Amino acid sequence: MSDQLTPAAPEAAKPDPADDGGKPRPRLTGKVIIEAILEGSPVVITILAVFMALVISALLIVFSDNNVLHAWGDFFSAPGAALALTWHSIATAYSALFEGAIFSPATIGAAFHGGSIAAIFYPLSLTAFEATPLILTGLSVAIAFRAGLFNIGASGQFVGGACVAAWIGFAVHLPVVIHIVACVLGALVGGAILGWVVGELKARTGAHEVIITIMLNYVMYNLLNFLLSSTNFLQQPGQSNQIAPPIQQNAIFPHVGGPPPQANVGFLVALAAVAGVAWLLSRSTIGFEFRTVGANPRAARSAGMSVERSWALVMLISGGLAGLAASTIIQGGGPPPPLNPNTYGTYGFDGITVALLGRARPVGVLLAGLLFGALQAGGTVMQAATNPQVPVDIVEVIQGLIVLFVAAPPLIRAIFRLRAARGTGMEAVAKGWNG
Amino acid sequence: MKLELRGITKRFGGLVANDGIDLVVRPGEIKGLLGENGAGKSTLMNVLYGLMQPDEGEILVDDRPLRIRSPKDAINAGIGMVHQHFMLVPVFTVAENVTLGVERTRLGFGLLDRRRARKDVLELSERYGLAVNPDAYVGDLPVGVQQRVEIIKALLRNANVLVLDEPTAVLTPNEAEDLFRIMRELREGGRSIIFISHKLKEVQKIADSITIIRRGKVVGERPPSTSDTELAALMVGRSVQLRVSKDQATPGEVRLALKDLSVSADHGGTAIEQMSFEVRGGEILGIAGVQGNGQTELCEALMGLLPSTGGVLLDGKDISHLSTKERLRAGIGYIPEDRQEDGLVGDFSVAENLILDVFDRPPYASGISMDLNAIRNSATTQVADYDVRTTSVQTPAGTLSGGNQQKVILAREISRNNTVLLASQPTRGLDVGSIEFVHKQIVAQRDNGVAVVIVSSELDEIYALSDRIAVMYEGKIVGFCAPDIPEAELGLMMAGASASAAHTVAEGQSPADLAAAGLTTAEAVADVLPGGSGGSSPRADTVELTGEESGNE
Amino acid sequence: MTTLVAPIRQSFTLNRDSLAAGFFVLLGAIEIAVFGVFAHAGHATFQLSISGSGTQIPDIKVPAALVCYVVGGLSVVIGFWRGIAEPSPRLKRLAIGTVITFFLAALLCWADAGNQTAVNLISLVQQSFTASIPLVFGALAGCMCERSGVINIAIEGQLLVGAFTGAIIASAIGSLWIGLISSSIAAGLLGLLLAVFAITFLVDQIILGVVLNVLALGITGFLYDRLMVPNANLNAGNSFSAVKLPLLGNIPIIGPIFFDSTIFLYIAYILIIVIQIGLFSTRWGLRVRAVGEHPTAADTLGLRVLWIRYRNVVLGGMVAGIGGAFLTIGSVGFFNKDISSGFGFIALAAMIFGRWTPLGSVAAALLFGVADSLAIVLSSLNVPIPSNFLLMTPYLATIVAVVGLVGKVRAPAADGKPYVKA
Repeated sequence: MSDQLTPAAPEAAKPDPADDGGKPRPRLTGKVIIEAILEGSPVVITILAVFMALVISALLIVFSDNNVLHAWGDFFSAPGAALALTWHSIATAYSALFEGAIFSPATIGAAFHGGSIAAIFYPLSLTAFEATPLILTGLSVAIAFRAGLFNIGASGQFVGGACVAAWIGFAVHLPVVIHIVACVLGALVGGAILGWVVGELKARTGAHEVIITIMLNYVMYNLLNFLLSSTNFLQQPGQSNQIAPPIQQNAIFPHVGGPPPQANVGFLVALAAVAGVAWLLSRSTIGFEFRTVGANPRAARSAGMSVERSWALVMLISGGLAGLAASTIIQGGGPPPPLNPNTYGTYGFDGITVALLGRARPVGVLLAGLLFGALQAGGTVMQAATNPQVPVDIVEVIQGLIVLFVAAPPLIRAIFRLRAARGTGMEAVAKGWNG
Repeated sequence: MKLELRGITKRFGGLVANDGIDLVVRPGEIKGLLGENGAGKSTLMNVLYGLMQPDEGEILVDDRPLRIRSPKDAINAGIGMVHQHFMLVPVFTVAENVTLGVERTRLGFGLLDRRRARKDVLELSERYGLAVNPDAYVGDLPVGVQQRVEIIKALLRNANVLVLDEPTAVLTPNEAEDLFRIMRELREGGRSIIFISHKLKEVQKIADSITIIRRGKVVGERPPSTSDTELAALMVGRSVQLRVSKDQATPGEVRLALKDLSVSADHGGTAIEQMSFEVRGGEILGIAGVQGNGQTELCEALMGLLPSTGGVLLDGKDISHLSTKERLRAGIGYIPEDRQEDGLVGDFSVAENLILDVFDRPPYASGISMDLNAIRNSATTQVADYDVRTTSVQTPAGTLSGGNQQKVILAREISRNNTVLLASQPTRGLDVGSIEFVHKQIVAQRDNGVAVVIVSSELDEIYALSDRIAVMYEGKIVGFCAPDIPEAELGLMMAGASASAAHTVAEGQSPADLAAAGLTTAEAVADVLPGGSGGSSPRADTVELTGEESGNE
Repeated sequence: MTTLVAPIRQSFTLNRDSLAAGFFVLLGAIEIAVFGVFAHAGHATFQLSISGSGTQIPDIKVPAALVCYVVGGLSVVIGFWRGIAEPSPRLKRLAIGTVITFFLAALLCWADAGNQTAVNLISLVQQSFTASIPLVFGALAGCMCERSGVINIAIEGQLLVGAFTGAIIASAIGSLWIGLISSSIAAGLLGLLLAVFAITFLVDQIILGVVLNVLALGITGFLYDRLMVPNANLNAGNSFSAVKLPLLGNIPIIGPIFFDSTIFLYIAYILIIVIQIGLFSTRWGLRVRAVGEHPTAADTLGLRVLWIRYRNVVLGGMVAGIGGAFLTIGSVGFFNKDISSGFGFIALAAMIFGRWTPLGSVAAALLFGVADSLAIVLSSLNVPIPSNFLLMTPYLATIVAVVGLVGKVRAPAADGKPYVKA
């Protein structure tokens, strides 16, 4: 099956290939592997992009650190101090990042001295926990991309799902497993409805989904605030703050291994979603239609496919996935925080960066989600461990930079002197406001 | 101004588009540049105009070498170009388009001087008989007028050498005559013209000398008096007989019928007006006409891609309320005009493209689950049966050559059990070998009892394939005729004359009769009378080529 | 046998006229049935001057319910006329403008009926202007970029970067003007980033805009926490004060609205005129538009397509930066995270509304500004509409507008398509 997100960047002129249609495939020798690395395969580009992003973020950390700046002010009298302090600033930040996300050597030592073994896996578990909503919103954006749509509204769809899930979670009484499932389904429906509305609007009127979804996001944020301000709706009785009641025990996701808050059933839901979306896109007729509509809507129409139906359906699914992400936040964690005006965080927009990094492919989204989840997990530890504090916002910067560098292979290649190869797949879908 | 290209070579990766080309254009000469699609003509002109840099070779103006790094240099050197696809901004007026880049300004800070621009345009327009309205929006103008705008644009920049790239591709025979008149006038004024075309007859008619290009090399220079056969042989490299050998048609029952089909046009007005005709199984109906007379809308309306009123009957059953998918399922095969935009998904593999309209039916799918093995196996068979040259069925279809792409579409559409085959411009932009293959397949379909409708603006193709010809003009069918109709008559019909009027003219009647028939262009009339430049012999053993150039090479 | 097989195109052109007509009738009906019927007894009072400054004009008192009924009836009539007649585009615009004005009038009458507090129309309009200033700058920036063929979704990020830079530089150096200039430069740099990735690296422009917004949010948030929070002197909260133009500022009614504001309004006036004339009447504008409509044609005529695009995107960014500066040193003074809260996107909508022209964008921006200031006015009159819904209005209005305007407005033909020599 085809392997590009979008048409490759247009070349200077398309030479008319010889009638035999192409050269024979080279055999997989060691030389070929090295060539592939040097030629800038997507994996290599991603690794290098991560590296570059970390370098630039390091610069950002260093240049906003008062101590370091003062030390450099006295550079000529104490050069060693300046360099040492710079290194120290970066090292503490990034080692904290690593330890928060992957593992901390201290825990291994502690385990030998009678500490818990489970604690070794705590960071990884936290990474999985943080990655869960990102994977799901990433899938949401990715599946829409494949059908040619930009779903910038994952955030608003997330809110929709969150409201429904939270309400079912605290207002309704159900036995254990059923309650969990009910909340999950509620979240799915909440997000799906919003997605479907956007899809239908586009199908019926051709309205551009970018503006509509962005606006709907803000509408939903305000709606959330409103619902949380009235005990008739979602506000906890007796509270003057905008906060909902905590959901009941029966609705909380059980965890998977170790003390909370780590990976819980939500992570399994995310994995299942990855598998589901992968199957849908590559093996189902629906997915085939989505991909055709995304790659060439005119050819899709000529072949009898209903472009409008695909749009509505893919947005429904996309919204549902975003809603599912919400359920993992509402129902996951130990215990999950009650619904509040900041519940939606940056998950919606992070989903966009995850989808881009994952080249809109389910497995790519999974890996990208794990990477960004690791950054988030490490970020909170980094914020706590550094002085002066490195705010967790740096993680957004790193994510954005990674995506930006991934999108600019010529830049990466120029920096690392790789030879030119094919495009990244993020080149223009060449779609303007005119559709 | 004497223009010379010496040893121009241009490579694109492994492909040599121009190989040591020498070309000399003397002042006051119309040089014909003749070659089939893909021969390298457009590449050469792009080099001349500074849109590309040659790998080797040089350009000399009046025997002095000149570096042309950009269109600006070319313009400054006195070279003007009218591209095959017009370089006009549709939302700008004629005057704005003509003066873009050399605008007249006033008040010092660049305020546009529209009055002077208008005057400049009108001056040139009157001097050369190129009637245009400077304030009209280019997007609203008919193609022939747009071409005049392009010419005025070049003249405004004092072009001494004017390059016309396939200018008659979008013109009726009469509009083409008008263009030739303009070309002769420009030549009288001392300008030179490079006339690029793949249409033998036209090049013979207008050029003072002809250079023939094949596969990137100059293969000969001949005077226009050279025979068709020799020129064609030079163009193609072998003797080509384009007549497909086919048996007499044996038409059966009516399989496709249109009753008062009407389609509205984008900006109001009608694209198709109350069209009715019938096609029987086992016959090929060729719909002739210059592009832009509603052919595209007709095909799309038949496929349900455009809304229409009126009836469409397939084997007697009304399908006019069915969706595109249902019509395909009911048994219409459709080969769209633009294979890359509408026929194929370039990023998808050949296998995926082969099931584009049947992907949700057994054996390719059961329910919503697709059977990848079945898809792959079926594709392998079809690729073999239809001679599609590709390394594997997983290769992206966009990397295939034009001919192979068309074969994929053909394979897909023909391997269903069809009642009707609708093919629009089926061999546009294809090399001769592929053209032959496609024509053979189409005739085979006919012999299987399928009702075939071909829409083509290539007269050679119409003549080669049709058992019956219908001529479309401005959304209506102006007449039906037999495939032995003289080209002159057919040309008149393509310009809007009714069948009887065209026939009358060809028989040599008086201009009064012609006025009665609604023809107004005096020159068109004069041309078509015996002794004029139209030529009137039926196409017994012509050796011209079909297929239009579709842009870059 | 006669059928209409309908792709979207056909059916919805039929709908649009009836949509507009139905919309007018609906508004009229609301004015009559809701505002008129539920208005408290009494008059609504409208002040036409600011007490204590400039010429004083007596207040206007009108019977609230009556006004609602009258304008409601008129709106219904206009609605029917719109549905039946086929008015020219100019009349259509006039109709929409009139109906909307009627609706606002009725809304205000209803809100203020029998209320002691008067509605100060001057300050309402002033606030609308103020609310619309960042939108105007954003939309102007959008016009500059998109007319040359580059979609700029990152206006939001440019506003944010401008706001942050203005606040921090003005606080650090102590000069508001230097703060303003640095805002413009900083946002211009973001524009340069957009240009490089869009024009040279051919990244999809919508994706690129979204990513740049994420980056802008992250960097400004990070630097805010890192630099501004520990050092309050880097977020001093100073802002430009209003400057009343001599003579002009004293004209009754018009003076306080148009000629008594911060420097930003005056800069906006200049930019609107310059860009409007520039784009449509000068050689510079013709070339920019050619590049945005048909870059290949422009290239064959010797225009430098890529350079023109780069230049416009960077200049557009600089304009947006000024708008961002307004958010801090032009009004509240202090920066806080995400201070642009979606204005950049509304500016985009204003640009689309306004058919990619400066004058059109300004009209649309003003409309959104009115929606915003209405929210404040209505809540001060204790109108029983939850404030959250009032805050939603600009966003809902945008959705309605974008849905309703599709097909009618056409972006520059090459907008969003990177130019590569074929």
